[in-house]
Amino acid sequence: MVRRHLLSVGMGLVAAAFLAACGREAPPPPPASKAEAPKPPPEIVVKLGSVAPLTGPQAHLGKDNDNGARLAVAEINARGLMIGGAKAKFELLSEDDQADPKTGTIVAQKLVDARVAGVIGHLNSGTTIPASKIYNDAGIPQISPSATNPKYTEQGYKGAFRVMANDVQQGKVLGEYAVARLGARKIAIIDDRTAYGQGLADEFEKAAKASGANIVGREYTSDKATDFRAILTNVKARKPDLVFYGGMDAQAGPMVAQMKTLAVKAKFLAGDGAQSPEFIKLAGPAAEGVVASSPGLPLDKMPGGKGFTERYTAKYGQIQIYAPFAYDAAVTLVEAMQKANSTEPAKYLPELARISRQGVTGPIAFDGKGDLRNGPITLYVVKSGKWDALETVGGEAAAPAAAPAAQKK
Amino acid sequence: MDIFLQQLINGLVLGAIYALVALGYTMVYGILGLINFAHGEVVMIGAMVALSVIQMLVASGIALPGPVIAALGLLAAMPVCMALGYGIERVAYRPLRGAPRLAALITAIGMSILLQNAAMIIWGRQYHSFPALLPATPHQFAGATINDLQIFIVLLAAAAMLVLLYLVHRTRLGRAMRATSENPEIAGLMGVNINTVISITFVVGSALAAVAGVMISAYYGVAHYFMGFMLGLKAFTAAVLGGIGNLAGAMLGGLLLGIIESLGAGYIGDLTGGFLGSHYQDVFAFLVLILVLVFRPSGLLGERVAERS
Amino acid sequence: MPSLLDRWQQLKRDRRVVWAAYIALALLLVALPFVTDWAFGRTWVRIAAFVLLYVMLALGLNIVVGYAGLLDLGYVAFFAVGAYFYALLASPHFDVHLPFWLLLPLGAAFACVFGVLLGAPTLRLRGDYLAIVTLGFGEIIRIFLVNLNAPVNITNGPQGINLIDPVRLGDFSLAQTHSLLGASFPAVYNYYYLFLVLTLAVVFVSLRLEDSRIGRAWVAIREDEVAAAATGINTRNVKLLAFAMGASFGGVSGGLFSGFQGFVSPESFTIIESVMILCMVVLGGMGHIPGVILGTVLLVVLPEALRHLGPWQQALFGRVLADPADLRLLVFGLALILVMMLRPSGLWPSSTRRREFAAKGEEARHGKQSVYDAAR
Repeated sequence: MVRRHLLSVGMGLVAAAFLAACGREAPPPPPASKAEAPKPPPEIVVKLGSVAPLTGPQAHLGKDNDNGARLAVAEINARGLMIGGAKAKFELLSEDDQADPKTGTIVAQKLVDARVAGVIGHLNSGTTIPASKIYNDAGIPQISPSATNPKYTEQGYKGAFRVMANDVQQGKVLGEYAVARLGARKIAIIDDRTAYGQGLADEFEKAAKASGANIVGREYTSDKATDFRAILTNVKARKPDLVFYGGMDAQAGPMVAQMKTLAVKAKFLAGDGAQSPEFIKLAGPAAEGVVASSPGLPLDKMPGGKGFTERYTAKYGQIQIYAPFAYDAAVTLVEAMQKANSTEPAKYLPELARISRQGVTGPIAFDGKGDLRNGPITLYVVKSGKWDALETVGGEAAAPAAAPAAQKK
Repeated sequence: MDIFLQQLINGLVLGAIYALVALGYTMVYGILGLINFAHGEVVMIGAMVALSVIQMLVASGIALPGPVIAALGLLAAMPVCMALGYGIERVAYRPLRGAPRLAALITAIGMSILLQNAAMIIWGRQYHSFPALLPATPHQFAGATINDLQIFIVLLAAAAMLVLLYLVHRTRLGRAMRATSENPEIAGLMGVNINTVISITFVVGSALAAVAGVMISAYYGVAHYFMGFMLGLKAFTAAVLGGIGNLAGAMLGGLLLGIIESLGAGYIGDLTGGFLGSHYQDVFAFLVLILVLVFRPSGLLGERVAERS
Repeated sequence: MPSLLDRWQQLKRDRRVVWAAYIALALLLVALPFVTDWAFGRTWVRIAAFVLLYVMLALGLNIVVGYAGLLDLGYVAFFAVGAYFYALLASPHFDVHLPFWLLLPLGAAFACVFGVLLGAPTLRLRGDYLAIVTLGFGEIIRIFLVNLNAPVNITNGPQGINLIDPVRLGDFSLAQTHSLLGASFPAVYNYYYLFLVLTLAVVFVSLRLEDSRIGRAWVAIREDEVAAAATGINTRNVKLLAFAMGASFGGVSGGLFSGFQGFVSPESFTIIESVMILCMVVLGGMGHIPGVILGTVLLVVLPEALRHLGPWQQALFGRVLADPADLRLLVFGLALILVMMLRPSGLWPSSTRRREFAAKGEEARHGKQSVYDAAR
């Protein structure tokens, strides 16, 4: 009988907890647009959604994105903003998609239910793509700070944008740079079999081949691996003069360190996933001379960039990778609302599509699909334990790009 | 040939790491018949605690040689892991004795999720770089490279196995362990305090986990709250390959798995004429595992399971 | 308490009460999307649809683990096979667009073949050896999905397959909002009802199997394989049948998942997913259909409900003490442990099993090779 009793208590608790959970959510607040009535109330609350994996192996990146958006919202609120004659107070709803496509769609629906005016996210392409369908059905604009799969913006959704170069754009720059500037003739490519790593590596391979390099080996690892000695030994046998890695810093760091212990004498090149302070810490002394790209202009060269780094670091600690992009995504959304003088998605979406502004990561303007228009890509090298900007490729046409052609289909 | 040798060395060291973790798995399995899913997490906690202590020591500016700092980190991690192991058994597994086996398995999974997320709250979500404290002087050897740390890891795994073998087969405590594993009821009647024996098994296994955690983090230079999961899975695979419950089997399984993975990554491409590449190294490893188990259903060194299991 | 129980037993015997309960349940299930949408928002309709999807998966695994007692840690492979089967044959990827009514049974059959193929080499294995081999198979399938984009692009690798056709029955597309009798049925509702119908079918099949000759053969094998063989049961065929049946349920839900999501990629089919489905089966009470359903509902709903840890803290303490994103899975893990400690044979085990367990508790003290009940 004791067991039975315990069960009923337990079930009761669960049920109560569950009801309480749902009850919290019950009355969806009136949409922000209602506040635009003739007699404007002094303050309207505008909700923005932020989605990234906050648990699991990529949680450090997810939290970074979330903090970037959070900083933007805090700053905009501190400044105070008038939209549609009312004082707008922004509220950020953060959700954890666990990097799982199914959870991604649930969370997307949750934000739609909460009537957010716009979404910053998701982090991975695998969650961004299925979620974009739900935002699109609800007519809510979405800016991903870090999803690089070209397919995301190829679905014909009007509200799907990204403030990050896609795999094709970045892979092309990296491939050409490897051959033209780093003088690589024999290249080995490694990728981590994620949508990001494989996509970038494939585009890199195409561009490098087109520029006349010889791909001497293609090796593979996973985004959870720590031991790369077996594949690096293979790479060594092929005697490449450059190794390209499509993947994240958590693998790139130890990989570079292990390359050194195996005495692989080749330059190391990677994409934005590895262009982080974390990479330098993990690679240790072996990091010297590694080259990696990142979309946008160098942070410390941007008008607000240096200030951003200081403000972010003071509040949340070290930037991982994508926080500045999430910050830009949030500010871009708000600026479009300001321009349209409305927080109504249908009203500010056209403004968002033809926006042209200076973000902390570089000029932000979108092409017809929602990709970053001709975004500049900067290459960095590790010099005495710090990332040093080498040079910036592309990105002139971005500033005066508010032409009607920029409108989405 | 030098490439082959290098791959063999790579595999040997990787295998020694699997073996270090697998030994802990197999000890608990041997006595309880329980897959302790949380073992990988204990390894992770060991690495994290050691890391915190090491960071504190480095920050304090006391000039100590690297290995001493690492040893101090380990000394701090071991009691924490031992207490954790004892606590896990006492709180989560002991109440489930006599319960269906899968109930204990689910508890272990729950424990693994719990520890992972607790570690995430304590140590944060980021990857931590583990300072290079141990000497890693490379040695050239017939065209291949091996360093001090790698040699040390292999020796350590072998030593851990020998100590455990001695403990289990040559001491009074070991006899009690074997008796408990054979039949807890009768062992109890014979004057063995089953609870104490099981607790000690967990404590010893967890101490070993702390050693494994520190060595793995020092070797790869990385610690992260999620590191225990894949490691645990691989070590479990290794333990089963060798015959779970058997200490020498865990060692053999670990080494074999490491070498298979390494040679797989190295030679699948050549074997299949470039059709398959190193992305199939896990497929290769699992296929070998499946083949071994099809012909030896209880692992390489496992005893034949009685028909009525 | 006992008097209440007696009354309950009496009530259960009254057929009118039973029927009334069934009708109430049916009405509840039909009205659920409207009620949840109105009360908690459309998210919960989506969650309800996922609950149904996972009920199908869990009931499939229940056949393998619950009935036949074969510990399968790679069950998600069949889910993946079903999902990719649908995705490849109803998407622009190969530009093939087969109709749903054809794809669903074909997908089930395809997964079924996989079930037999993967089951065959494992027939001699027991317990944890079987677990690790099935885990290996699950990983192998996933690795192939990730890597079969070169040299011939079959699965499109890690990029996944996008723009999968929504489920369409004749001219009736589930992806559009329909209206009937003045009520509007958005896409999520349509999928919910489709999943509901198929879940009921799966429940029905499971129930019939349980009491069939085959079902009893499975239980016999679970209890004692040697004795089962001695009574003339062809253990090989019966075990393969369990794998095949379980796999086909997985294949069905995989196909539905593809159509519902419109996008599949290998990251949906990791080992963690297999472990979660196993948890659903065991937590509820394996081998007992209502228990498995209860376990599934809890494990799908709990992580979502726990997203409200922030507001709860606000309500309890007046402020948010700990980041809800930090605590969510921590509490989830804790819940798994607590449930198993308080109810080791599941939240809602079958009555026979409960009796057995009471007896086993005694038996455990009378000597077994292991301190845990090795037969389970």
